[in-house]
Amino acid sequence: MPARRLTAVSVLALAAMCTAVAGCAEKKASSSSDDAVAVDAGDSACKVSRTSFPAGPVDLAVHNTGSKVTEVYVYGPGDRIVAERENIGPGTRAVVTAQLAAGTYEIACKPGMKGDGIRQKVTVTGAAGAAAQADPRLASAVAAYRAYVQQQADLSVPAVRAFADAVKAGDVAKAKALYAPSRVGWERTEPVAESFGDIDPKTDLREDGLEPGQQWTGWHRLEKALWKDGKAGAEEKALADRLVADVQDWRARVGKADITATSMANGAKELLDEVATGKVTGEEDRYSHTDLYDVNGNVEGAQKAYELLKPVAAAKDPQLAATLDREFATLRSLLAGYRQGDGYRSYDKVTQQERKQFSDAVNALAEPLSRLASAVAR
Amino acid sequence: MDAPQAPAADPAGAPGRDAPRPSRRAVIGWAGAGVALGAAGAGTVAAAARGGDAPAPAASAGTVPFHGEHQAGIATPVQDRLHFAAFDVTTDDRAALVAMLQRWTRAAAAMTAGREVGGGAVDGLAEAPPDDTGEALGLPASRLTLTVGFGPTLFEKDGKDRFGIRARRPEALVDLPHFPGDSLDPARSGGDLCVQACADDPQVAVHAIRNLARIGMGTVSVRWSQLGFGKTSSTTPEAQTPRNLMGFKDGTHNVAGTDAKALADHVWAAPGDGPAWMDGGSYLVARRIRMHIETWDRSSLKEQEDVFGRTKGEGAPYGRRREHDAPDLSAMPADSHVRLAHPDSNGGLMILRRGYSFTDGTDGLGRLDAGLFFLAYQRDTRRAFVPLQRRLAAHDALNEYIQHVGSAHFACPPGVRKPGEWWGQALLG
Repeated sequence: MPARRLTAVSVLALAAMCTAVAGCAEKKASSSSDDAVAVDAGDSACKVSRTSFPAGPVDLAVHNTGSKVTEVYVYGPGDRIVAERENIGPGTRAVVTAQLAAGTYEIACKPGMKGDGIRQKVTVTGAAGAAAQADPRLASAVAAYRAYVQQQADLSVPAVRAFADAVKAGDVAKAKALYAPSRVGWERTEPVAESFGDIDPKTDLREDGLEPGQQWTGWHRLEKALWKDGKAGAEEKALADRLVADVQDWRARVGKADITATSMANGAKELLDEVATGKVTGEEDRYSHTDLYDVNGNVEGAQKAYELLKPVAAAKDPQLAATLDREFATLRSLLAGYRQGDGYRSYDKVTQQERKQFSDAVNALAEPLSRLASAVAR
Repeated sequence: MDAPQAPAADPAGAPGRDAPRPSRRAVIGWAGAGVALGAAGAGTVAAAARGGDAPAPAASAGTVPFHGEHQAGIATPVQDRLHFAAFDVTTDDRAALVAMLQRWTRAAAAMTAGREVGGGAVDGLAEAPPDDTGEALGLPASRLTLTVGFGPTLFEKDGKDRFGIRARRPEALVDLPHFPGDSLDPARSGGDLCVQACADDPQVAVHAIRNLARIGMGTVSVRWSQLGFGKTSSTTPEAQTPRNLMGFKDGTHNVAGTDAKALADHVWAAPGDGPAWMDGGSYLVARRIRMHIETWDRSSLKEQEDVFGRTKGEGAPYGRRREHDAPDLSAMPADSHVRLAHPDSNGGLMILRRGYSFTDGTDGLGRLDAGLFFLAYQRDTRRAFVPLQRRLAAHDALNEYIQHVGSAHFACPPGVRKPGEWWGQALLG
């Protein structure tokens, strides 16, 4: 939930942007059709006129030669969406412009606008670039993580909508029951959502994080209304709609998040940091005391990122991988002891001594986890 | 050097990190004699600037040698500041405990020499958190000493012999009895391990505990810790005796760190005393003693002096003129602190006191949360602190103004004699 903290993910995103901008500045602002890469997007083919071009801005001159509406994507390493163009009708043309640093990319045509598309590998040469992604195991880890992040956002939309519907129906009991489950996908992948900067303050801000004049929206605003005030009035109903819209915005944009192996590893650590600072103390869900749902989501999301990076981490630093395996298992089994029915014990019923035990287990995991990024990067 | 099994995830454990790194000391501060100098009012600090890249002399002024027959931080002239931490071991895995003690030892050797932990604070990989937390960069070693101890619960906890050392528990490492008036907070008492960090700069002491706690995560967790300032006892008789927060000179008649015979008689465990792994070690009792500051402050000067049995200004025993004059115990009130605690009232028994004042802000009632963090080292607690405290708890006039709120007992093993050895090797090796 930290709102104004510049996360490692966003720092990396900025760094990547700088590279792209620098690459852009070096090249003359040419987008003449001579330089354009022709893309022949048919129903069963995706032909590219050149598969190697210099770093900088690249124009893809797309011609839909098929019978279906199509779309064209440029994917960076790990299926990061670098550029896209949707709704290109049969027989029509469109130009997709992408800023490309050196590295390997895939151009995908998606006839019928679904699936992974028909893909063409292309190589961008020249200026400093994406050498860090040279390890194909890391690229596939990033791709799998990107799919996971998207899946979590996809699953969140109906869960949030169900929660919002209960709020709008004035059904406080039902809304309370759906509150924590609606947050699971978010909590699993929070650092990626936070990397956009503008989404987290709308969805997951706590009251003490408000700036003067800032309107308080999102989950915790509704949490307070439901638990503290025990009601859902007109304002809450409007805010429920707004939460749905903000979560949909997240879902629509999450595919463009700049994800690297390093940002995955740091994101996993940040999820544990979330637990260590805001959740072990019971601050996160101070009215609903559903903190342990969030903690479980954080730990699951961190473990997902780790498991995907593990083939590389275990090869480069087997001891670290063994430590992380052990500490993830310890924390997961500790959490399992707090399960109650479909959920978790209310955090206000967790004693100080038990919180200390959590804190110790989180530290035991987070400290070695803070070394995962360097283990996979070096 | 040792322990190639240390995981790379560990800040102090990566290969090649035991090589001496440049000292963080760019300036040599005060010499080891600083205690005496400072007390004599010769407050000029001769600070000799050195080139930042000049290698540090092995045992230069301001550095207390880490390796030796006994652990440093016991007979060492008392430094100005304290950070004391008690830890619980959170694993039952003996190998993990051993690996951590090895990492602690390496980090302690580095920090007491004024060097950074592991790969340093700023020279590591950009993607990784630095091994050293960095707040002591540029500070001299400040006579930092780090002293480790093993509590009764390391040997047996809740009936469990977690590390297979139950049989090696020294008989002297007793569970301290309840003393009349004790109001002990379990959260400020006990501990499987302890580390006493003493330094002339509080930041250096805090840095040391912070880094050891970090290295220990996953193996140990801090149970409680205590900051201390204003040493309340001196092991250097030539120096002025410090005052405690009650305004009285305390610990006048202490074991001198240079008095080999007194140390041998009263402080160091000797062969035959107990298990051989403790030969050359010492037993530490730590007590958090809260002072009822406000009521003390409104008691009359005569009452205050009667409680201690000495004058407040000079610190002279009743019936004498100077602080260090031999006391005439019969001239003091029968329940006065000095009379009851004096070796002559206790069959000659002595303990080496090394306590510090503490002030942890105020309590919720606006009262100063302050007092004495009492630290005493002895050869056998059963024949030193226990009988002494029994006597004091029963009779001491001071009890009206103090309350013991925390308590711990540790067996501090002998010193790490040379690089490659580690804390507790004779016990767990």
